[in-house]
Amino acid sequence: MIELLSVSKYYHTRRGARLVLDKVSLRLERGRHLGILGRNGAGKSTLIRLLSGAELPSSGRIHRGMSVSWPLAFTGAFQPHLTGIDNLKFVCRVYGVAWKPLLPFIEQFTELGLYLHEPVIHYSSGMMMRLAFALSMAIEFDCFLIDEGLAVGDARFGHRCHVELFEKRKDRSFILVSHDPGIVRAYCQDACVLHEGRLLHFDHLEEAYAFYDSTMQPAATVQFD
Amino acid sequence: MRSLAIQRRVIWALMMREVITRFGRENIGVLWLFAEPMMFTLGVATLWNAAGFNHGSNLPIVAFAITGYSSVLMWRNTVGRCTGAVQGNANLLYHRNVRVIDVFISRILLEMTGATASFIVLLFVFWGIGWIKAPDDMLLVAAGWLMLAWFGAALAMLVGAATTYSEIIERLWHPTAYLLFPLSGAAFMVDWLPAAMQRVVLLLPMVHGVELMREGYFGRIVRTHYDMGYMASVNLGLTILGLLLLRDASRRVGSK
Repeated sequence: MIELLSVSKYYHTRRGARLVLDKVSLRLERGRHLGILGRNGAGKSTLIRLLSGAELPSSGRIHRGMSVSWPLAFTGAFQPHLTGIDNLKFVCRVYGVAWKPLLPFIEQFTELGLYLHEPVIHYSSGMMMRLAFALSMAIEFDCFLIDEGLAVGDARFGHRCHVELFEKRKDRSFILVSHDPGIVRAYCQDACVLHEGRLLHFDHLEEAYAFYDSTMQPAATVQFD
Repeated sequence: MRSLAIQRRVIWALMMREVITRFGRENIGVLWLFAEPMMFTLGVATLWNAAGFNHGSNLPIVAFAITGYSSVLMWRNTVGRCTGAVQGNANLLYHRNVRVIDVFISRILLEMTGATASFIVLLFVFWGIGWIKAPDDMLLVAAGWLMLAWFGAALAMLVGAATTYSEIIERLWHPTAYLLFPLSGAAFMVDWLPAAMQRVVLLLPMVHGVELMREGYFGRIVRTHYDMGYMASVNLGLTILGLLLLRDASRRVGSK
């Protein structure tokens, strides 16, 4: 189980402190798939950073009763001058996993061939994405954090990601953060909406989509207390 | 709760990553870790030797330069490597096991490994070709070295953490390091100075460490001035301050 208790996050800007997340609470049981919908700038990435532990909340508590992945297919932690294999070794060392047994999977999944032995600085964004996704699958977690952008890559890659994640690992928990209700509809049993720093919970999925739709209207017509 | 085993693994992973990033696999690769500081020390030893830079004392100049310049590497390079270390590695923190302090420890360890290896190799080489004598008291040299390592590590955490608050700190560090070098005891023995000057330079903790190392190396032919109680107190103070600031800096990651 993962639990956020009244978590707030401020960022210091030149115009003073800015509240990005306002007393956010959520609870995720093992095996549940939670979608979090939010417009651009709603605080989705901040929430992912807090969930993954990359940043700490300004106030409130985060309780992690299961292992939580880094954001899926995240390429930001790659060191450009390391090869694909080096990056695999690094991740394996950090998580205490032997890298050699994983090599066949990485080779087969990324289809990078000899490029696995080249510095990732020479990779195209598609190659980066394949390596990043393969590394995410190399380490087993109870809960996967999925930031949008899974749609990147061609149809063949998209299908293989789908198989690895939503078929082979469907017993795990997911937190999927997106601005696209279609993705949440396809993969999640529960949905919340992140709006103006607050996380709103709904008993029924359709209510969440309806509310999210209303936030997408031009500002003048949006009404809520 | 996080076990020591995880932390050791993470630090090792960070060190390997850093080694490959900095030195690559081309030519001598990881050997640059100590070849680089060695070239600095050799250069300084050659210059001082050519200039007859021993203030009229009878100390063997090569051994004097090696003990002196190697000690500077311990604090100057270690701090230099930790400035901006938090911002530069913020993305690694997405891995739950990696913490800001691990990034610092790995960089500090790597720098010290390089400086220590360079020091030992140089001593062996020059001892092998008969240019210098073996140390008078190996334990004292090691003690001085360890005290300098502690000082360097504490200062690196403090200055490195401070650079996350303002880039000005990094800009200020460069001239500070440059100005501290001639005062650090690397290029003189405290005993050569007038009494008033002695009191001033002995405020600097690294001077005590270098003096201890030189007493260990040269034995009775030098008169040394040091107070290990003073150096340990300053080191301890810097360590506590450094850890506190680092803890606060870790909380601010990403908050700019």
